[in-house]
Amino acid sequence: MLLSQLSAAASPLSQEQLQKLQGLVAELNPIQQAWVSGYLAANANTAALGGVIGQTAAPAQEAAPLTILYGSQTGNAKGVAAQLEAQAKARGLTAKLVNMADYKPGNLKKEKFIAVAVSTYGEGEPPEDAENLHEFLVGKKAPKLEGVKIAVLGLGDSSYEFFCQTAIDFEERLQKLGAQSVVARADLDVDYDEQAEAWIASALDALEPELKAQQSAGGANVVNAPFGAPQAAHSQYTKQNPFTAEISSAVKITGRDSTKDVRHIEIDLEGSDISYQPGDALGVYFLNDEALVDEVLIALNIAADAEVKLGEDTLSVREALIEKLELTQSYPGFVEKYAAATGNEELAQLVTDKAALREYLDARQIFDVIRQNPSDIAAQALVDCCRKIQARLYSIASSQAEVEEEVHLTVGLVEFEAFGEQHYGGCSGFLAHCVEEGTKVKVFSEHNDNFRLPADDNTPVIMVGPGTGIAPFRAFLQERDAREAEGENWLFFGNPHFTQDFLYQVEVQGYVKSGMLNRVDLAFSRDQAEKIYVQDRIREKGADVFAWLEKGAHFYVCGDATRMAKDVHQALLDIVKTHGGKDDEQAEQYLKELRSANRYQKDVY
Amino acid sequence: MSNQDYKPNSKHDPDAKFADNERLKTDSEHLRGTIETDLGDQLTGGFTKDNFQLIRFHGMYQQDDRDIRAERVKQKLEPLHNVMLRARMPGGIIKPEQWLAIDKFAEEKTSYGSIRLTTRQTFQFHGVLKPHIKEMHLTLHDVGIDSIATAGDVNRNVLCTTNPVESELHQEAYEWAAKISEHLLPKTRAYLEIWLNGERKDSTELEPILGSTYLPRKFKTTVTIPPNNEVDVHANDLNFVAIAEEGKLVGFNVLVGGGLAMTHGDVNTYPRRADDFGFIPLEHTLAVAEHVVSVQRDWGNRVNRKNAKTKYTLDAFGIDAFKAEVEKRAGVTFEQSRPYEFTHRGDSFGWVEGIDGKHHLTLFLQSGRILDYPEKSLKTGCRKIAEIHKGDFRMTANQNLIIAGVAEEDKAQIEQIAREHGLIDDTHTEQRKSSMACVAMPTCPLAMAEAERYLPDLVEKTEALLAKHEIANDDIILRVVGCPNGCGRAMLAEVGLVGKGPGKYNVYLGGNREGTRVPKLYLENVGEETYLPALDELIGQWASERNEQECFGDFVIRKGIVAEVKVSKTDFHA
Repeated sequence: MLLSQLSAAASPLSQEQLQKLQGLVAELNPIQQAWVSGYLAANANTAALGGVIGQTAAPAQEAAPLTILYGSQTGNAKGVAAQLEAQAKARGLTAKLVNMADYKPGNLKKEKFIAVAVSTYGEGEPPEDAENLHEFLVGKKAPKLEGVKIAVLGLGDSSYEFFCQTAIDFEERLQKLGAQSVVARADLDVDYDEQAEAWIASALDALEPELKAQQSAGGANVVNAPFGAPQAAHSQYTKQNPFTAEISSAVKITGRDSTKDVRHIEIDLEGSDISYQPGDALGVYFLNDEALVDEVLIALNIAADAEVKLGEDTLSVREALIEKLELTQSYPGFVEKYAAATGNEELAQLVTDKAALREYLDARQIFDVIRQNPSDIAAQALVDCCRKIQARLYSIASSQAEVEEEVHLTVGLVEFEAFGEQHYGGCSGFLAHCVEEGTKVKVFSEHNDNFRLPADDNTPVIMVGPGTGIAPFRAFLQERDAREAEGENWLFFGNPHFTQDFLYQVEVQGYVKSGMLNRVDLAFSRDQAEKIYVQDRIREKGADVFAWLEKGAHFYVCGDATRMAKDVHQALLDIVKTHGGKDDEQAEQYLKELRSANRYQKDVY
Repeated sequence: MSNQDYKPNSKHDPDAKFADNERLKTDSEHLRGTIETDLGDQLTGGFTKDNFQLIRFHGMYQQDDRDIRAERVKQKLEPLHNVMLRARMPGGIIKPEQWLAIDKFAEEKTSYGSIRLTTRQTFQFHGVLKPHIKEMHLTLHDVGIDSIATAGDVNRNVLCTTNPVESELHQEAYEWAAKISEHLLPKTRAYLEIWLNGERKDSTELEPILGSTYLPRKFKTTVTIPPNNEVDVHANDLNFVAIAEEGKLVGFNVLVGGGLAMTHGDVNTYPRRADDFGFIPLEHTLAVAEHVVSVQRDWGNRVNRKNAKTKYTLDAFGIDAFKAEVEKRAGVTFEQSRPYEFTHRGDSFGWVEGIDGKHHLTLFLQSGRILDYPEKSLKTGCRKIAEIHKGDFRMTANQNLIIAGVAEEDKAQIEQIAREHGLIDDTHTEQRKSSMACVAMPTCPLAMAEAERYLPDLVEKTEALLAKHEIANDDIILRVVGCPNGCGRAMLAEVGLVGKGPGKYNVYLGGNREGTRVPKLYLENVGEETYLPALDELIGQWASERNEQECFGDFVIRKGIVAEVKVSKTDFHA
């Protein structure tokens, strides 16, 4: 809005004051106007604090915005953070959305209001983007944060032991520095949508008065800096509104004597506007095993066609259990609710013992919990114990430059034997056993800007992807091949047996033959007496790996988070020490810098 | 004259380009190629194109599990590459300690776990993955076994009639087999360097006999003690037929130019009997062996591999010219052939006593496959015998095994072990014992149809036909092979089935018991539904119309059911 259009009614000024101001402004050029605006703002600030206005004009002191820091692995925390930003702005508050990876920790001392949305993965670890800040907060350089108001939200998966640990850490660390929580921390499970919304509202309620006072006193300061790489156009199909695609091919790609069952799944996206980039993930909704659902219904003496309400929808309990509710991945919340709903004392007792409950859940799917604790429970009560089924995310194994309107996945079947029968992972079991050409499956793409090929096609890349970790690298290679990228490519792959588990062997051979893959190092752990893993191969080739890093290579790791990624990280540290002549601290710093430059990226799970 | 100054004879088309195998032999630096580089290639379980051929000279074939080839294409996995190793065991003699090492490797390091006895009187390992190949050679080397030149364009494992009865004669003949084998071996250090960690030396070594480009094609040699034609002389390029006087070996009749391989649909290829060049005294044995090889080396067709074997060289240049050239080069004149007779080819199962008083037990092993089956643990049985046996083992050219040199007091124990593990099975019919098959599916890359895996079923059906015509105790020499290459010697059988396609065979009739006649095509490219009724009818006729002692092969010739093949070149495809 231009000053010339202001009316007295719409401003705190009188008509007379307004005219004077308009008169003055008309004489000023834009630079002068800017100076005046800053001068007045600082003047106002000082006045508000009861200070004396200085003779010389001081630059305007910015009013502190609400800084929303997110640390996201798969994009969920980022999504919540963005929602928070939007809600804040809707309330007329100034908010700044920043990826923790891009946040300069030195700026912390300037903050007055901080919101944190962070996920946790693996054994209670921060997502990669959050690692630096997470560590900074316990370091010597961490500033005092007295008077700083904070609100922390964590995302996690209660089926893991260290549920929302990173959020807990952030809150504790910030509090230790003197910050004060204005709202109870939210530790949200995989079905976080509604609770996130509620928390955002209460966090903003708590923050709003002070923010408003401070911001109306200071100059509003709207920040709209772009972060991360430009996004591909968003599809209308999302997690909430997935696209119903068709499976075009589902093939087991481990040999018949393999100890592993890995499936190559091709899904037709034709008719959707879903686009993805190498590095992205695909969310897949699955159906629970019908036979198991029927077994549960019989065990609980519930009629399959009993109607239940799920939110606004009414449907049969059987349908709800097959399509809508989580019945494989177990988590404490279910046991708690089920114990209460069934009055099962034993389970109720178990819930009070965290360690025992953990052990109990590790061995069981929700199916097992129910079948082992049958009870007369109403259909609706059962349904109310369950949380909504969550799409599973798989790193995409194809590039649209090659496969166009298809998307390929490399899915490891989760299977284990328990209580005398074979158990399968919800989604992997579905993809391995219940789909064939033409089966419909609901999907959406999930962008992951933290796992991207270098923008420069001449940059060399090192890819470490044992097991199904090879998936995004198949996408990388397809992409680089299609782009005729000149940069060198080096793949490290491993699995138990060469003859059975060399995923995409023929394709890898083809890329080597064509010159696309310059180097391949393989670690087949069970083909010899001593186990050999990718990290061992990386160490063996340490001098060359370091030389590649020195010439600007990007280093990618995909696959198992709990062991492999850590071992690879350690191997990298060792290499940097050995071949770069660095001590521990320097080596850490070297990798930290690689990470800050987006040259060391992980997609681990 | 060496092959370096050899110019293809005009009969071979002087302008034609040499076969590609000649290039790879020439470029191989005496069979080294880049095999070592391939061994280090982690991306594939196979060998690259030239090395794929070169490893044959080291006794190995690259194969894959053909049963799952299509499945692995879908799995985006390469074929399940592995190698088959064929050991060099002149005369097929194995010591017990060698047997134990072979058994252990087969059990622990091969995909099939078997020891496969073959028609070349040796054993094969099937399904050895690349990372185990070197270990395999080192293991064998430790017990004095190698696999040099058991395949490829060289003189292969030298056969020798097992004849355990005439112990002394056998010993002499066996020694000649070993000597000939050594004499004709490639002299390159390639095997030593690649497989046995030998030091790499300059490869300017000479191959005085084989030449730097080795032979035009495979070359097979036997030492044969009549009257048993167990080795099938007519399947071999060069045969030394032992002539004895009063139980002592005095010399050999030399038979040249046998061979059974042919190509479906190519009338320029045919199985052919060997020709008798005449007698030589013992002292000329090595010279004659060397120069039959050297003439074949220089005169053999290096343009067309399908016409490169000695049998075609003989037919191209004439027997007399070939023989004269051998005489000239060896400085020997062939004497008039000495009389001898072949009366049979089969093994005599059970115990026999040698003239030295030792006992010998011949075991029937269907298709030579030694493996622990659910109902009979053949491999364990052999191992247990090896653990206590003081004599040796002899592999017969019929893929059976002799426990040789057993003292009287050890007989009972060995027989007991053999019976406990199904190595002696009194229920085997004569028909079963007279039947043979090559390996074929799933490992042999050349196989067009099943052979070894089909044999038990076919034998049963044949037994039923014999029983139906009330001659259940008679038998027909029946051989099934997966391709026309010749390993199972179907082209010297009374009834020979040669694979054409899945479930389809060419049926040849009219070989004889002694293995001195090539059979002739009777049915082409047919399945069981056609050839079983045909055999039914023929066996019926044979049962009712045969002369005394007339074998099935002779019967079908006499009856004109097939024409006799006298001269292969003209008769076989007529």
